[in-house]
Amino acid sequence: MTAKVITITSGKGGVGKTTAVANLAVALALEGSKVVCIDGDIGLRNLDVILGLENRIVYDVVDVIEGRCRLKQAMIRDKKLPELYLIPAAQTRDKNAISASEMIRLVKDLRSECDFVLIDSPAGIERGFRNAIAGADRVLVVTNPEISAVRDADRVIGILESEEKGPAALILNRLNPALVKSKDMLSPEDVLDLLAIELIGIVPEDENVIIASNRGAPVAYEPKSRAGQAFRNIAKRLRGETVPFLDLDAQSGLWNRLQRLTGRK
Amino acid sequence: MEETRALVQIKGLRDGLLASLDDASWEEQRAALLAQVDDNPAFFHGARLALEVASQILHVNELVELRDQLSERNIFLWAVVGESPTTEQTAQLLGLATRISKPRPEEIRQVRVEDLGEETALFLNRTLRSGTRVEFSGHVIVLGDVNPGAEIVAEGNVLVWGKLRGAVHAGSNGDRTAVVCALDLSPTRLQIADETTTLSLDPQRTSNPETARINEHGKLQLEIWSPDR
Ligand SMILES: Nc1ncnc2c1ncn2[C@@H]1O[C@H](COP(=O)(O)OP(=O)(O)OP(=O)(O)O)[C@@H](O)[C@H]1O
Ligand SMILES: [Mg+2]
Repeated sequence: MTAKVITITSGKGGVGKTTAVANLAVALALEGSKVVCIDGDIGLRNLDVILGLENRIVYDVVDVIEGRCRLKQAMIRDKKLPELYLIPAAQTRDKNAISASEMIRLVKDLRSECDFVLIDSPAGIERGFRNAIAGADRVLVVTNPEISAVRDADRVIGILESEEKGPAALILNRLNPALVKSKDMLSPEDVLDLLAIELIGIVPEDENVIIASNRGAPVAYEPKSRAGQAFRNIAKRLRGETVPFLDLDAQSGLWNRLQRLTGRK
Repeated sequence: MEETRALVQIKGLRDGLLASLDDASWEEQRAALLAQVDDNPAFFHGARLALEVASQILHVNELVELRDQLSERNIFLWAVVGESPTTEQTAQLLGLATRISKPRPEEIRQVRVEDLGEETALFLNRTLRSGTRVEFSGHVIVLGDVNPGAEIVAEGNVLVWGKLRGAVHAGSNGDRTAVVCALDLSPTRLQIADETTTLSLDPQRTSNPETARINEHGKLQLEIWSPDR
C-alpha cells in the first residue's frame, strides 16, 4: 500500500475541518479503504471526541514523535470500522512540540500502512498549519459561504500555491440552499468565482451533523442525512470515482449551472 | 562564533534597522541574525527590521518562522528585499514590503508616470490572493485577478487583465496622472495619488473594462472602455 496523504485545512476556525476529517474517514472506511487520521490540532484535540474514541487514548502523536511509544501503539482502532484508525493529538502540549520534518517522517512511516492518511489541521496559517500541510500530497480547503471564511480560504490557497503543494480542492460546508435562493448567502458560484479552484464537494447545513458529533458517530453513517450523503460523495471522489453533485434544490437550476461550472455534468 | 556574526550586517535606516545577509545557508544566516539579537536585546527591542537577503530563495515556511522568532523578541519584520523572484513572491504573500527606499517628500512631485520609462513595470502572471501586498516603484501589470484582501501600491499605473477586487493605490508618490485599469474594476479601495474613493458599486452592473483617473476637476472618475473609440 502507498497511502494518499490528505490534509484538511481552512484559514478561518470553526468552519468544519474536524467534522470533515471524521466524516471522510468514516465514509472512506465504509467504502473499504484503510484509513489513518491524524489530529494535527495539538493542544486542542477533538477529533477523538467526534469519532467517539476519547476514552481509548493511551498514547498520542507527540509520544510517537518523541519515541515514547511505537507508531502502532498510538493508532487507536475504531469501534465499528476495523480499517479506521486515529492518532490523537496531545492535549497537554503546545503546537511547538512537533516540527515539520518530524511530521513528514511520521507520514512517511504511515504510507505503507494504509490507503489514506487524513490530517486535521488547526485554523490559521501559523506553525500548526505548516506542520499539518508539510507531508501532504493533496490539500482540501474547507470554507463556509461567508465572506470572512472565503477571504481566509483565499489566503491559505495563496500560501499553498507558493509552497507548490499542487492545486488545492474546495469543500464548501454549511450551505443553506434556501438562503442562497433568497440571496442572503453567497452562492457556490460566488465562492468559486473568487477562489477559482476545483470544487470537490458541497455539504449542506444539517443539524444532524451536530447531533451525530455529540454522539461520537459521524453523520456519514446515516444513510438518510444530506450532509452524510455529501461526505460519502466526497470520499468516493477521493477514491477516484466520478460522482455527480447532490441536487440540494431541484427547482433552482443552481445545481445544473454548478455542474457545468465544475465540468462534472 | 565571531565568524558567523560576520554573515549579518546591521545598519540603521531612517525608520528602523536593516539587516543584510549574504549567500551562506539560510539556517546559518538565521542563526547568526538571532544570535546578534540575543546578544544585544535592548538595542533591537521594538525595532522595525528590514531584511536584505541577496539571492537567497525563501519559501513561506522559512520567512514565517523567522518572522515569528523575531516577533517573540519584539522585533517587527516589515520588509524583505531579495533578488530571487520566489523570495519576492513569498514576501508579497505575507504582506511584507519588497523594497525599502521611500522618496523624500521634496522628491515626490518631480517624478511623473512618463519619466518611469518603459523598463519599470512589474509583470505578475498570477492571481493575487487575500493577504498579498505588492509594492513597486513603477507600473504594475497583473495577468490574473486581484482578490479582496490583496493590495497593490504602485508609483506608476496599474493594469489588471482580470478582476480587480482588492485595494489599489496608483501614483503612490503623488503622481496625479497615474491611471488604474482593469477588465472588471470593482476594487474595495481605489486611490490615485492622494485622491481616495471607496466605490460602492451596484453588484448587478455589467462588468466592462474600465479606467480610473483624476479628471480636470481633480476628482476620481471612472470611464468605461468601449471598442468604438
Ligand atoms: N454541515 C454542517 N451542518 C451543521 N453544523 C455543522 C456542519 N459542519 C460543521 N458543523 C458544526 O460546526 C461546528 C464547528 O465544526 P468543526 O469543529 O468541525 O470546525 P473546525 O474547522 O474543525 O473548527 P476549529 O478551527 O476550531 O478546529 C461544530 O459544532 C460542528 O458540529
Ligand atoms: Mg477542528
